[in-house]
Amino acid sequence: MERNGVRIVDTFAEAFGMRAARVVITAQSPGWARTAAQSMTGFATSVIGCKVEAGIEAELLPHETPDGRPGVSVLLFAFDAEGLTRQLIDRVGQTVLTCPTTACFDGLPHATERVIVGGLLRHFGDRFQSSKFLDGQRYWRIPVMEGEFLVQEAFGVQKAIGGGNILILAKDQRAALAAAEAAVDAMRKLRGVVLPFPGGIVRAGSKVGARRYKNMIASTNDAYCPTLRGRDGVSSQIPEGANSVLEIVVDGLDRPAIEDALRAGIEAACSPGVVEISAGNYGGKLGKHHFHLHALLSRQDPSPPSMNRSSSS
Amino acid sequence: MIRLTLKEQPAVPLEAEVLSPDVMAALSHDAIRALPVFLGKRQKRVDDFFAVEGELSDELTIGGDATKVKWIGRGMTRGRVTVSGNAGMHLGAYMTGGTIEVSGNVTDWLGAEMSGGLIRVRGNAGGQVGAAYRGSPSGMTDGTILVEGTAGLEVGMRMKRGIIAVGGAVRDFAGLQMKGGTIVLRGGAELRTGAWMMRGTIVTLKPIRLLPTFAAACEYNPTFLRLYARRLGELGCAIPFEDRDGAYERYTGDASVPGKGEILVWNPRG
Repeated sequence: MERNGVRIVDTFAEAFGMRAARVVITAQSPGWARTAAQSMTGFATSVIGCKVEAGIEAELLPHETPDGRPGVSVLLFAFDAEGLTRQLIDRVGQTVLTCPTTACFDGLPHATERVIVGGLLRHFGDRFQSSKFLDGQRYWRIPVMEGEFLVQEAFGVQKAIGGGNILILAKDQRAALAAAEAAVDAMRKLRGVVLPFPGGIVRAGSKVGARRYKNMIASTNDAYCPTLRGRDGVSSQIPEGANSVLEIVVDGLDRPAIEDALRAGIEAACSPGVVEISAGNYGGKLGKHHFHLHALLSRQDPSPPSMNRSSSS
Repeated sequence: MIRLTLKEQPAVPLEAEVLSPDVMAALSHDAIRALPVFLGKRQKRVDDFFAVEGELSDELTIGGDATKVKWIGRGMTRGRVTVSGNAGMHLGAYMTGGTIEVSGNVTDWLGAEMSGGLIRVRGNAGGQVGAAYRGSPSGMTDGTILVEGTAGLEVGMRMKRGIIAVGGAVRDFAGLQMKGGTIVLRGGAELRTGAWMMRGTIVTLKPIRLLPTFAAACEYNPTFLRLYARRLGELGCAIPFEDRDGAYERYTGDASVPGKGEILVWNPRG
C-alpha cells in the first residue's frame, strides 16, 4: 500500500489497556491555563520512567468550561486507577494549585469510576478550607495567598488505550522531522487523544528489556537505529534510502479516537523525503490492542471498538 | 396532564398533600377525584373542592386562588406541579425531585426541608423558605428555590445544602443558624442576616446591615461563584461575577457561634 508515494508497511501498532483521567484547568487567561497545563504534563512521557503519560488534549473556550473561563483539558494515563490517583494528587497539588488564578475540574463527569483528588488536596487548607455542593458534585475552596483555589472533589477515571504509534522512516533527519511535525499538527486537532512525548515526537523508541543489561526495563530500539544498520546482531528494519526514524506515540480515551489520530497522522506524514510508514509492536504478545495500518487507511477495522468515546465537559 | 381548578376558597386551610404527581400519576380520573383532603379535622374528597380534568400524568396544574391549600407537592419525587395563582403553606416541603412553578404568591414554609428538585415562585414568598421545622436540626439539604419577589423571616434557617435565590428584599434573620448551602439575596435583607450561621454562603447584591460578629476579610470575585452564576443563569436568575463589573466584599462569621460562614456583599465598580 502506498500513500502519496510513501510505502505503508503491512504491520500493526501494538497498544495497551490503561486508565485515563481528563483534567480541565481554567484560569483568568488562556495563557495561565496553558502554563498550568504545561507544568502538569511535564515529565510525563512514558509510564516506564514517569509512572504516567500526559498531554494537553485541547484548549477550551469559556463556554466549554465549568466556570466560564478559558481553559485547557489535559489527559493523563496510567496502568491502574491507584497509580493515576497518586499522579493526579501530586500534579494537581504541585502544578495547578500553585499556578495563579487557576481552578481544576473533572473532565469525565460521566465516568462511573471516580477517584478522590480535591478531597485530599483540601488538607492543604489546614482546616480553613470549605466546600460547596452543586448539582451532585462537591468542590473544595482552598484558601491561598492570591485568593482561593477551587478544585473538584472527585475525578472520573475510565478505561483507555496507551501506546498507539507510527514510525516515520525518511531519507534524512530533516525530512523525518518535517513529516513528524505535520503528523503531530494533524493529530493534535483531534479530541480524545494526547501525544505525550516532547513536541509529540519520540526519537528514542525503545524495545522491551535489553540484550546486555539485565536490569533495564527498556533499551534503544536497535532495529530502527540507522547507525546500527549492518552491524552484527542487529536485525535492522530500516529500508534502503532511509537514514532517520521518528516515532509518534498516541494515548487515547478509546479505540476510535486512536484510530482517527493514527489515520490523520499517517496521511499528514506522507510527504516528500519520507520512505516508509511503519509501526512498533512486540509481535502482538504484550498489548491486546492492535492497530493495523492498512486496515486503518482503508477504513476497515479488524476488531470492534472497545469503549465509547467520552466528550469534554 | 391533570388539571385541578379550585371551585371556591375554603373557609379554613385545606390540607392537601395528595396534590402531588407521586400520588396522582398512576390514578384514574375517578380515583383522583376520590383522594382524601382535610378541611380542618374533617376528611373530604378532592372533588369537593376542585374540578378535576385529566388522568394518568405526572404533570399537575392547579388553578384558582389556592392561598389556603397547604402541602401541595409535599415530598414529591418527580413530575411537575404548576400553580396558576397563589399557593398556601408548606408548598414543596420535603420534596426530593421534580419541579414546582407558581405564578402568584406563596405563604410560609416554602420548600421546607426539601432535599432535591426545583421550586420557582414568580411572586412573593412568606417566611421560613427552605427552613428547618421547629425542633428539626436541618432545613433544606439540596435542590433550588427561586423566588422572584420578596420573602419573609428566617429564609434558609438551618439549611444545609442547596440554593435559595430571592429577587426582592427579605426580612430579618435570613440564613439564621445556617449550616451550609447558598442564599442569594438580589434585593438585600433587613436585620440580623446570617445570625448564628455556622457554614454556608449568603450572597447579597445590595448593601445590608451586618451584625458586629461578622469580620471583614477581603474584596474579591470567588471562582466558585461562577459555577453558581452559570447554574442560576440557566434558570433566569443573573448574578454578577466578572472583575470588570465589581467585586464581593467577604465577611466571615458568625463569630458568636463561632461560625465559618460567609456573607458576600456585591460592590459594583464605580
